[in-house]
Amino acid sequence: MIGPPPSRGTQIVDESVHVHHLLDRDRVLGPVLLAPLLIYLAALVVVPLVTVFVYAFSDATTGSETFSFVGLETFKRTIADPVFQGAIRNTIVFTLISQVIVIVLATVLGFVMSADFKGKWLVRFLILLPWTTPVALSALAWLWMLDSLFSPFNWILGQLHVVPIGTPVAWLGETNLAVGSVVALQAWRTLPLAAVILMAGLTSIPPELDEQAQIDGAGFWRRLFDITFPLLAPIMMVAILFGIVATFTDMAVVYILTHGGPGDATQVLASWSFYTGIQGGSLAQGAAIGVFMFPVLLGVCILMLRRASGVEVT
Amino acid sequence: MATRMLMVSILRWVVLALFALVCAFPFAWGAFTMFKSNDDLYTVGHVPFLYNSPPTLDNLKLLFGETAFGTFVLNSLEIGVIVVLLTLLASIPAAYAIARLTGRWGGHLAMLIFIIYLVPPTLLFLPLSRVVADLGLQDTIWSLVLVYPTLTAPFSTWLLVGFFRTIPRDIEEQAMVDGYSRVGAVVRTILPLALPGILTVVIFTFALTTNDFIYAVAFISTSSQMTVSAGVPTELIRGDVFFWQSLMAAAVLVAVPVALAYNLFLDRFVKGLALGGVKG
Repeated sequence: MIGPPPSRGTQIVDESVHVHHLLDRDRVLGPVLLAPLLIYLAALVVVPLVTVFVYAFSDATTGSETFSFVGLETFKRTIADPVFQGAIRNTIVFTLISQVIVIVLATVLGFVMSADFKGKWLVRFLILLPWTTPVALSALAWLWMLDSLFSPFNWILGQLHVVPIGTPVAWLGETNLAVGSVVALQAWRTLPLAAVILMAGLTSIPPELDEQAQIDGAGFWRRLFDITFPLLAPIMMVAILFGIVATFTDMAVVYILTHGGPGDATQVLASWSFYTGIQGGSLAQGAAIGVFMFPVLLGVCILMLRRASGVEVT
Repeated sequence: MATRMLMVSILRWVVLALFALVCAFPFAWGAFTMFKSNDDLYTVGHVPFLYNSPPTLDNLKLLFGETAFGTFVLNSLEIGVIVVLLTLLASIPAAYAIARLTGRWGGHLAMLIFIIYLVPPTLLFLPLSRVVADLGLQDTIWSLVLVYPTLTAPFSTWLLVGFFRTIPRDIEEQAMVDGYSRVGAVVRTILPLALPGILTVVIFTFALTTNDFIYAVAFISTSSQMTVSAGVPTELIRGDVFFWQSLMAAAVLVAVPVALAYNLFLDRFVKGLALGGVKG
């Protein structure tokens, strides 16, 4: 903390100079610089977040400006709905399976990508595509790739006689295949960021540690498990949390790939909240569905905080 | 030893090739599809990996000539540019304040802002659609200009805090000793040094705005105001009629430039993550 600068020409009674002096005080300047961002975020994130909970205890609809509180009525109706029960189960299952796949593959990818090799630029470009492309557009590319009549996979499977030639494989029309497709797309699109984060972690490990261990006679696997992985753990946590939030709260994949179908077999909390709240017009029920995402998000935040405070101590 | 090195090198290439294939295949398939004629594409029994008829540019002509794709692109660009400017205006001062002026409060504030970044649009879109309607912004791009900084500003601030912390305090303190006010000193010395970080923020802010889907479909239902993300999947598919080649052209034409831009800035982004992510 720096004190106020030595007063220059206090005899000048010019207002603008006065303001400048005030802005030179860190205690004044800090809050002034922070205010626009904090006020904006309070108005458009914190207040709406509270409003979601208010809606969930009300009978608000998109059609009317007013609403009254109905206590737990909306929640009771929401929980009793089998589509909601499926959605909450799907949200958890899709997130867990896709993120376990991502962590394993991202670790491998992070390692091979952090080495230097020819053509790295091109390989990196290809690998980044699933992450950098707007999710709606990549979901569209998957929709075409999994087309029941013209999917290239169907043709290959036909040629290999896994399925009779010319039989459509309804990738998005059969429950198990549709679930698999959604999970695969979620893992595919969250993999590159996880790998990039792990790369960041690998670059921040001082190479001397590894070299010293090598001199001391530790083998590759020993070094991997006793040095690299423990040092990588905190940033791997960041990668996992990003992936969980991205998958758990996404609606675009389900909305474009399956529309929640077949039936409502791939419906997730975010998509079901959207269908109910915007297309169905029931703000209250849409909100009540959405708030079930909250406990997981809260857990993620607490883990983040704990990790951050742990780092501060060391 | 030499054979072992060779084995490792071959293994790495096999692994990389597999990952690249899996990651890029849907786009490669889209790029292959976009030049196919209808006869070629929709004949069951044609080998899908060949051009059974000569490749054609008709689908691209259709995309740019007879759909609103051009409008979607322009809308996305306009929204992107405005949101980038707003994001920089809000996050550069805030990040500087956190890095330099707030002392131990800075760490807590950075964490708070990061947690705000974790609150998902799928939880906020219902109340925000009411806010947008109350302000009379629904069905205009301004509804998205209003809310997109909630996606971009927290992340940008968090990234910039990391960059500012790497710049030694002496630099602006020297300028202040030379007689500049703190604001003047920062503008003259710190901002030029932080330019790589600011450019990274520009790229990622822009990409985050094009990536959004839920706000774009929840707030806007007029074709002329839609973004690429919402417009392509909702407006270019009419009922059961899919113009697959044009749809794939749209996806590939957006995907490739964005990935190229990211690739250009990836090293800085990784550095930013290592600074911001490890230090919290």
